[in-house]
Amino acid sequence: MSATNTTILGQLDPDLVSRLVTTRRSLFAESVLKLGALASAPLILAAASQDAFAKGLPKQIVDTLNFALTLEYIEDAFYRTGLKKGVVPRKHQAVFAHIGRHEAQHVAFLSGALGKAAVKPPKADFTAGGKYDDVFSNFDTFLTLSQIFEDLGVAAYKGQAGNLTGNGDILTAALQIHSVEARHAAEVRRIGGKKAWTGAFDEPKTKEQVLAAAKPFLKA
Amino acid sequence: MRICDLESEHQQARSRRTVLKWAGGAIAAAALFGGTLPNFGISSALAADLGSGDIGILNYAYALEQLEAAFYTKVIDSPYGKMSKSEREILTDIRDHEVEHREFLKGALGDKAIPGLEVDFSKVNFKSRKSVLTTAKTFEDLGVSAYNGAGRLLKKGDYLLAAGRIVSVEARHAATIRDLLQPGTVAFAGPDVVDKNGLDVARAPAAVLKAADPFIVTKVTAKSLGGMKS
Repeated sequence: MSATNTTILGQLDPDLVSRLVTTRRSLFAESVLKLGALASAPLILAAASQDAFAKGLPKQIVDTLNFALTLEYIEDAFYRTGLKKGVVPRKHQAVFAHIGRHEAQHVAFLSGALGKAAVKPPKADFTAGGKYDDVFSNFDTFLTLSQIFEDLGVAAYKGQAGNLTGNGDILTAALQIHSVEARHAAEVRRIGGKKAWTGAFDEPKTKEQVLAAAKPFLKA
Repeated sequence: MRICDLESEHQQARSRRTVLKWAGGAIAAAALFGGTLPNFGISSALAADLGSGDIGILNYAYALEQLEAAFYTKVIDSPYGKMSKSEREILTDIRDHEVEHREFLKGALGDKAIPGLEVDFSKVNFKSRKSVLTTAKTFEDLGVSAYNGAGRLLKKGDYLLAAGRIVSVEARHAATIRDLLQPGTVAFAGPDVVDKNGLDVARAPAAVLKAADPFIVTKVTAKSLGGMKS
């Protein structure tokens, strides 16, 4: 803000000043949004890293992206821990490192889009209170959880797509993550000797259903 | 497959190229102006126009599912040599899924559905595992990118959800076929389809129709698919 502006604003009622400044901010946010609408996803990311972008997003979209980010945080931490603790046999390491890399990329992408509005990583308990005690020493258990997280991710993104229709670029990016999660789910299922699918259609899960399924893995 | 009795194959192939080229131009124009384009009077007994709005997008998906269903039906009807039991199970499942997708979309479209498309798999060697699986990979990745790109074009939430219920199954197919071609590698979600942000491919209808063109004999036009964005 220029010195002149400060002077003029300084003579005005403080409430009005704050309202004027807010309006200016949202005007800026709106122009960034318009830019975003014309830009491809990587360009949005660049614009999105500015806090103004997230501030310009409707609450519904911010909430939905934060919900997605939370799931990605869980997946990211799960694969990083598993790979570090050596639970993944050599022959499958390339695949799980690849999946883990994608989850880290999703975290970075969503955090970037949200800017300062991004939630913090949750504290995870991958043993689910002792139910999966050997998750990082027994590959079968690790695989079970990996499948749970991937299939849950697919169902979660699918269930949330309708909340993102207000922003075509963000909806497209979410769909692009959704199908990557489905590729992961297929591969993990196959490694576990299962079919890559359960039928011709994948069903969505609501936010409540997803949170209920994820809850055992989150520390209170 | 239907035999064309209205035009010679040669003429038909030529006019098909023309129409598809033109249709691509129309979509590009729609991308610029975001409006509905006029029908310039091109019509044919063998042409299928997708229509406009959500119907147009659903017909577009229906066209792709028809293509996939026809392909896998042929794969199972004339299996390549030494098709293993597990590969036969996988390809049979995929055939059944594609048929279900096709019928689901046909049912949703009702009397707005485009007719059955005439397909051309002459470039596929159905005796060759590699040829079959490579074609399958092309179709599955194309399907995933098509649904990913079309989601934003759908106005109705129910249709978006329906597309979502299909696309992740297509992605599961894609990953599986890729794993059959390059077992145990990262090919299931390789860098050729997943970018550095961890995002899968999304294609606009014009790009998808162009890629599908060699396999479809029927003229598929998208004269009024407004609001395209490549």
